[in-house]
Amino acid sequence: MKVDEIRQLFPALSQEVYGKKLVYFDNAATSQRLAAVIEYQDRLAFGPNANIHRAVHKLAIDATREYEETRDAVRDFINAPSREEIIFTSGTTHSINLAANCFGDAFINPGDEVIVSESEHHSNIVPWQIMCNRRGAVLRVLPVDDEGHIRLDILEGMLSERSKILAITQISNVLGLKNPINEIVRICHAKGCKVLVDGAQGVVHGGIDVQRTGCDFYAFSGHKIYSATGVGVLFGKKELLEKMPPYMGGGEMIDHVRFSGTTYAPLPEKFEAGTQNLLAVPTLKPALGFASMVNTDAEVKKQQREIIDYLLDKLGSASDVRLFGVPRGTEEKIPLFSFCVDGVHHEDLALILDKMGIALRSGQMCAEPLMDRFGVTGMLRASIAPYNTMEEAEYFIKCLDRAKKMLRG
Amino acid sequence: MHMKSLEEVKEAIVEDFSVYEEWLDKYEYLIELGRNLSEYPEEKKTDDRLIQGCQSRVWLDSEVKEGRIWFTADSDAIITKGIISLLISVYSGRTAAEIAGDDFGFITEIGLKDNLSPTRANGLASMIDRIRTIAEENL
Repeated sequence: MKVDEIRQLFPALSQEVYGKKLVYFDNAATSQRLAAVIEYQDRLAFGPNANIHRAVHKLAIDATREYEETRDAVRDFINAPSREEIIFTSGTTHSINLAANCFGDAFINPGDEVIVSESEHHSNIVPWQIMCNRRGAVLRVLPVDDEGHIRLDILEGMLSERSKILAITQISNVLGLKNPINEIVRICHAKGCKVLVDGAQGVVHGGIDVQRTGCDFYAFSGHKIYSATGVGVLFGKKELLEKMPPYMGGGEMIDHVRFSGTTYAPLPEKFEAGTQNLLAVPTLKPALGFASMVNTDAEVKKQQREIIDYLLDKLGSASDVRLFGVPRGTEEKIPLFSFCVDGVHHEDLALILDKMGIALRSGQMCAEPLMDRFGVTGMLRASIAPYNTMEEAEYFIKCLDRAKKMLRG
Repeated sequence: MHMKSLEEVKEAIVEDFSVYEEWLDKYEYLIELGRNLSEYPEEKKTDDRLIQGCQSRVWLDSEVKEGRIWFTADSDAIITKGIISLLISVYSGRTAAEIAGDDFGFITEIGLKDNLSPTRANGLASMIDRIRTIAEENL
């Protein structure tokens, strides 16, 4: 599929900012929505808008079908063994909080260890910290090297019978490097340590096969993969989810409620308390459909590869640019580039580029420990989606040079 | 030496900004203001002078002399430095009562508030808050 055809599917891309054509390079924070997603959500609101799983009327039946069909679509997309292992959440953060909290209650005892990598965003650090504090466990950190690669060489040595779970990102939102997840899972499982993979970025760039990877949990958000906001997924292996207590109490997640005690619904409802985001969840269907298409489309892959090579060359070869997440081979890199420019503050650059129509992220990127690791107060990040063009990448480089000149005087 | 009134200074700034139609030009003007801000001593870059809520770091120091408050400031980002420079040019050398009684409305008038990101707008709000607090403490 040609990039121009893809752009037609995303209405927000045609807008102007400050009288300039919008160049949206903040896709790692949130993607733009497919027209199909926007229309789908509207259609549900105008039609089968009813609470799911409860009433017997027509609208409720249709709404339930939409919702449960989405569970099947997600199961297919990540190749989970069963639909009971797909839990809908509000996003990656909710998914990881649920996993950390309930896994902790079921399996973590004082003195146990939880490992996170140094390149995690706050959503994959803080929930584990909270749980470790509550359970008397120790949080350990798997470092990255100067180029941003996970220190796979020391992982095995860090693991002991106390290591209960390792939480790691499939692709860091700062470094944009594909972590060797299969290898990490293999090493951890050999020592009896479970693995949660944060797929917030990974699900967009290549997706995942949870059975082939073997991970115990997988978390992702819909809004980064073209769906409506407020939707996320937690995949968990059935044998673990069944042993874990519920996260929130309320409607939907119960079997029988008595004042003397309550029994819980089976999976996945056990973890879906209260009224679900029934208008947004089904938008994952068109969103994941589109994602599957672009993930396998040879032309899209070629276009993306050309942009990666171009930006790697331009940013990598500039003597005044420090690029974070330097790949060993270009296949390892997704189109996400975090960098600093010598003598120019990241915020100044972002403000000037914004006025040129380019939307970038600046700051700590929800990964303060990683900023500390590299000794910077923040970075600038350009993250690219299949609807971004080579012309936009070239315009970005041109504007970056102009902004540098403006700021240096 | 005749010192322009608070109102006169604010009016002049609003007029200066109205010359620039393009936002990029307004930012160039802020960058220039940032560059021209007088030097701020390194030893005054302390945590108690740091203004919270900005993506970049901003330090603000104040001194009261003969009933007037004099501000000095610095930032590690040049545009932020331009913004704090703008605020200083308006409020430095004023009495506590003048500053505390001002509505800081000219910031909205020159469109700065609308054209800064929320984090930056917060930063701007924090800068204004700090100036106002210092004035109130000296009433």
